[in-house]
Amino acid sequence: MIKNVVYSIKSPYRRSMDIASYTFGSGEKTCCVVGALRGTEIQQMAVCAQLVDTLRRLEGKGRMAKDGSVTVIPCANYYSMNIGKRFWTMDNTDINRMFPGYNLGETTQRIADGLFNAVKGYTYGVHVTSFYLEGEFLPHAKIMRVGDAAEGAYDSLADFGLPYGLIRTPHPYDTTTLHYNWLVWGCKAFSLFTTYTERTGTRSTQAAVNAVLRFLAARGIIEHSLHKGSHTHIMQEEDMTHIHTASAGVVKNRVSVGHEVNEGDLLCEIIHPLEGYSVERITAPAAGTVFFSYNKQLVMERADVFKLVPF
Amino acid sequence: MMIKVVSSAALPVTENLMIQKNRIEGAAEPCGKRVCIVTGTHGDELEGQYVCARLAKLLADGRQSLSGVVDIYPALNPLGIDSIIRGFPMFNLDMNRIFPGSASGSLAESTAYDIVKDIEGADICIDIHSSNIFLREIPQVRVNEQSEEALLPYALMLNVDLVWIHAAATVLESTLAYALNACGVKTLVVEMGVGMRITESYCEQLLAGIMNLLREIGMWRGAAGKVRSPEVSKDRSVGFVNSDAAGIFIPRVAHNSVVNAGDVIGSVLDPLTGMTVENAVAPCGGLVFTLREYPVVFGGSLLARIMGALQ
Ligand SMILES: [Zn+2]
Repeated sequence: MIKNVVYSIKSPYRRSMDIASYTFGSGEKTCCVVGALRGTEIQQMAVCAQLVDTLRRLEGKGRMAKDGSVTVIPCANYYSMNIGKRFWTMDNTDINRMFPGYNLGETTQRIADGLFNAVKGYTYGVHVTSFYLEGEFLPHAKIMRVGDAAEGAYDSLADFGLPYGLIRTPHPYDTTTLHYNWLVWGCKAFSLFTTYTERTGTRSTQAAVNAVLRFLAARGIIEHSLHKGSHTHIMQEEDMTHIHTASAGVVKNRVSVGHEVNEGDLLCEIIHPLEGYSVERITAPAAGTVFFSYNKQLVMERADVFKLVPF
Repeated sequence: MMIKVVSSAALPVTENLMIQKNRIEGAAEPCGKRVCIVTGTHGDELEGQYVCARLAKLLADGRQSLSGVVDIYPALNPLGIDSIIRGFPMFNLDMNRIFPGSASGSLAESTAYDIVKDIEGADICIDIHSSNIFLREIPQVRVNEQSEEALLPYALMLNVDLVWIHAAATVLESTLAYALNACGVKTLVVEMGVGMRITESYCEQLLAGIMNLLREIGMWRGAAGKVRSPEVSKDRSVGFVNSDAAGIFIPRVAHNSVVNAGDVIGSVLDPLTGMTVENAVAPCGGLVFTLREYPVVFGGSLLARIMGALQ
């Protein structure tokens, strides 16, 4: 294992923020795994940390391929993490909206640039990340429909052995993410979403670590006997059924992620915040698996509360 | 004067998120034209608040000289303005990255959609921003190079000091200005002043520009003073000055002044040791149109932008 500092940024009163990378194996740059870019992505960092620990043991046992390497960058924003903030400490910008970065730009543009230089040139990239909607997801891998690199990589979604693999048509705001820019630079890049963001959850962390290990084993870069995981259902993200609220109030969920529901089943109830009666009962428009569930108590009108994968 | 609700959606407890506009219909012979003034997309930008307040009063008092309709939308992100939050509260999103929105999307997206639908059909829209809390800007219009031909004549009417024609970027396709220009509303983005403050002289300058534009397009028969002709960035270089060190920034030049290449723009001091850790110099001669206002800097913080000579 080789530990490096891939980029440093200075602050007035804190020691410089040094972004650490861990490289295993040698030779060809096979795969790069990036974790937390936001201060709330604790599970994303934990997944990468456990991956570092596992790869170190595999390397110690001589179970890394001779001509390939894996680099893991668990956390590129511990300044924000240590003060409990999601975005950048000073100007609240999002590092994952700054790629490919700019070396003469603002602080987060420079971080993105420094990081991108370090993660460029790998054949495969995996970004363990979180979604802007607050809630719980079934663990899944995603790839954006961007250029030739993506074209040949859709099938590889199955190598993670997670129940779902999504193909996303990018929106303009996706074009400054790490995932998108990796693809533009010809790297076969994936985003990996875990169930939680701010908490770790032993089982869901392990599930994500195993997914990356399976992906690496499928590339022949590690030798690791691991159960095959799930059969992966690969689908277009837009084929998911979105369920919105029509009213606002306090939400009581009746199902959670992973549940299979039939048409008409009660998904959640919205309770009047002051008077306690039920203002809305949201039922499943069709049978399917609960893929996403909003997990806060207060809900606005027109909020995304569930996403279902139709059967 | 007619106050209209453009968009309304229930928040969890009792109240609604409401986007309001003030419609002022001219009493002079109708010309069928409509101009929209919008601001307050970013909750920490307040210069536009004063422009709207002044304009609403001026037009209401001068209805006899106005023909056509002026719609004033002072707060596209009212919750953000109320709480000094730049983004859309409860969403981890910059509101100016979700246009044109979607009728069936989340509350933020459907609010964006309602705003676009309401402005659609107008002849001209002026979207007033005020930088952020970090940087002070001279009054300027920013024009995407793709819409230069359509917009430059109107930008020149607005009595600003600078018209900055910038390169197109996919990420900017999700701004309000892009969405409106795409549906035929000539939309000019104004940047001036600094976040969380009102610079009265800049507001009066832009107000005079708006009245001039209304007169030029045949909507205003009242008085409008002479306007200045702005510098146009086309064929000029823009020099960026960023800090490499961290500490507190003390400017050594005045905002909106002319400097020579090599002049010290400002110093970065380390308050712990008393040392000057950096003297930032101008990379080119020209007009300091952007100057840092917020003293604390990290490595990479933008200190100034300079409009260089003709190339
Ligand atoms: Zn703004």
